[in-house]
Amino acid sequence: MSGGRGFAAALFVALALALAFLTLPIVAIFVSVSPRELVSSLDDPGVLDALWLSLRTTLAALAIIVVVGTPAAYLLATRSFRAKALVTTLVELPLVLPPAVAGVGLLAALGPAGIAGGPIEDSGIRLALETAGVVVALTFVAAPFFIRGAQVAFASVDRTWLQASRTLGASEARTFLRVAIPAAAPGMLAGLALAWGRAVGEFGATLIFAGSFRGRTQTAPLAIYERLGTDFTGALALAAVLVVFSAALLLTAKLLSGQQAVDVVR
Amino acid sequence: MLCVEARTTLGRFELDASLRAPAGGCLALAGPSGSGKSTLLRIAAGLLRPTHGRVTWGEEVWLDTARGRNVAPELRGCGYVFQDYALFGHMQVWQNVAYGLQGLSRAERRRRADELLERFGIGRLATARPRTLSGGERQRVALARALAPSPRALLLDEPLSALDARTRASASRELAAVLRDAAVPALLVTHDFTEAAVLGDRVAVIDGGRIVQEGTAGELAAAPASAFVADFTGAVVLTGVAREGPDGTTIVELDGGGIATSTDRRTGPVALSVHPWEIALEPDGTHHEGSARNRLAAEVVTVTAIGNRVRVGLAAAQPLVAEITGAAVGGLHLEPGVRVTATWKATATRLVSL
Repeated sequence: MSGGRGFAAALFVALALALAFLTLPIVAIFVSVSPRELVSSLDDPGVLDALWLSLRTTLAALAIIVVVGTPAAYLLATRSFRAKALVTTLVELPLVLPPAVAGVGLLAALGPAGIAGGPIEDSGIRLALETAGVVVALTFVAAPFFIRGAQVAFASVDRTWLQASRTLGASEARTFLRVAIPAAAPGMLAGLALAWGRAVGEFGATLIFAGSFRGRTQTAPLAIYERLGTDFTGALALAAVLVVFSAALLLTAKLLSGQQAVDVVR
Repeated sequence: MLCVEARTTLGRFELDASLRAPAGGCLALAGPSGSGKSTLLRIAAGLLRPTHGRVTWGEEVWLDTARGRNVAPELRGCGYVFQDYALFGHMQVWQNVAYGLQGLSRAERRRRADELLERFGIGRLATARPRTLSGGERQRVALARALAPSPRALLLDEPLSALDARTRASASRELAAVLRDAAVPALLVTHDFTEAAVLGDRVAVIDGGRIVQEGTAGELAAAPASAFVADFTGAVVLTGVAREGPDGTTIVELDGGGIATSTDRRTGPVALSVHPWEIALEPDGTHHEGSARNRLAAEVVTVTAIGNRVRVGLAAAQPLVAEITGAAVGGLHLEPGVRVTATWKATATRLVSL
């Protein structure tokens, strides 16, 4: 009896330790910067530039991810083909790839001296050290979060719904748009929220592939890093904004995932 | 006329069957689960492509694997009712019904959907979500949705099996009326022979991917081609109207004439069922006073040996089937044309309200 109680206490202590450790940095950010300092730091044009650039580049990356990733995820979820497991693994690879590796890889592939760099340069597009390069880096690291979420969401759509749609005169494309996407929407949005969170926090790949030029490639995380030595309060203020944004995304993803589960159970 | 022929292997399962549903008629495809009946339905709809097969609707060829022809499901125009109804959960009921109505204004689609829902007595559910509906309501929405685009054939996969016993009787009556009104060929899949007999003009029994026998329900029960069909056909079903009888019994006035007694308490329209092996045969004109309360005069139509027993098909006001031993057949000199009296006990007589 007392052994059982001791075990329960151990579980409780472990959770308390984990919770304290994981929330302490967040708490510290808000304790170290007063609301007044936070607001005045946000008047700094450099901070605003970084936030604005982060917003633009992440939204551009998300647009690319959704347009290409949705049909790709649908295919992975609804068709079986040879090497499907391999393809799925390759698509998921950026999830576990160190960001620095992603940055170096992108340079080697799409940089001026990269294997595909020549044709890209010839067509007049510059990626490395440009805003477009930031979008490329964000797309690379964030896409798997969305594709995975969308694939699971599509796979959990009742297959007979898709078949019913076909027998009712809808083509495969119409079935995709009218039945599959609306039915999978909560799961897709949850995946999108996670992808957005990953893109907003992206640091290493962006730094290596696009550099850190204020107003051009310096996103909010890069701006935080630059300020560490000179303007710690400014860094904290930017960090506080990102914490609020990330927490909102996580909450959204949780709520949407819950809804998806309810929809699947019907 | 809808014709389906298919030969295909799915894993270790082999399907090799062909069937035809006439325009305005319903062919019930009956068999145990895993017999391949739903697979045939999917092939008819174009949801599954067999290795070898041919599906034709009138003069139109929907599938011909020999010629590499395969018309997409959306161009076949089959009204399909799925086993679990497959209603779109993210749409309201009326939107489900209107889904197949393309090329019309939203107002017109809504009007037609409401009209159909009204016809099925569920007009009040137009804006409800499918997950809030009962099984019987879902079944009607699924039927309305399948009928909305005026389908060229009706394909029904176990349309009643998801319903509880009480709802099933009324749903079965409604479905029979829909099938009567529909002027298109209908294929209905069921694992229940009684359901097949009630809803199908003809019944094809499928087992292990092969059609083992096809005919009217009466023909199958009277002269089953195999012991499997004999067992599968199960009880003899007669219809009639029940009223209270003496000593707590129920008297059933059989449709077409004759009276039967049951110990089940029911009143009003009923289906009466009795197993063929409960029915005994006596020579015509005997007035043997045994314990069996039910006595019907009948004429022998068929005598079919199945294993160590013999099925005797009988013509009375409604067809009857008795199962007896070969020795009894010899003793009574049973052959087509001989008149007999069929007897069975009131306690072996089950009643189900219709």
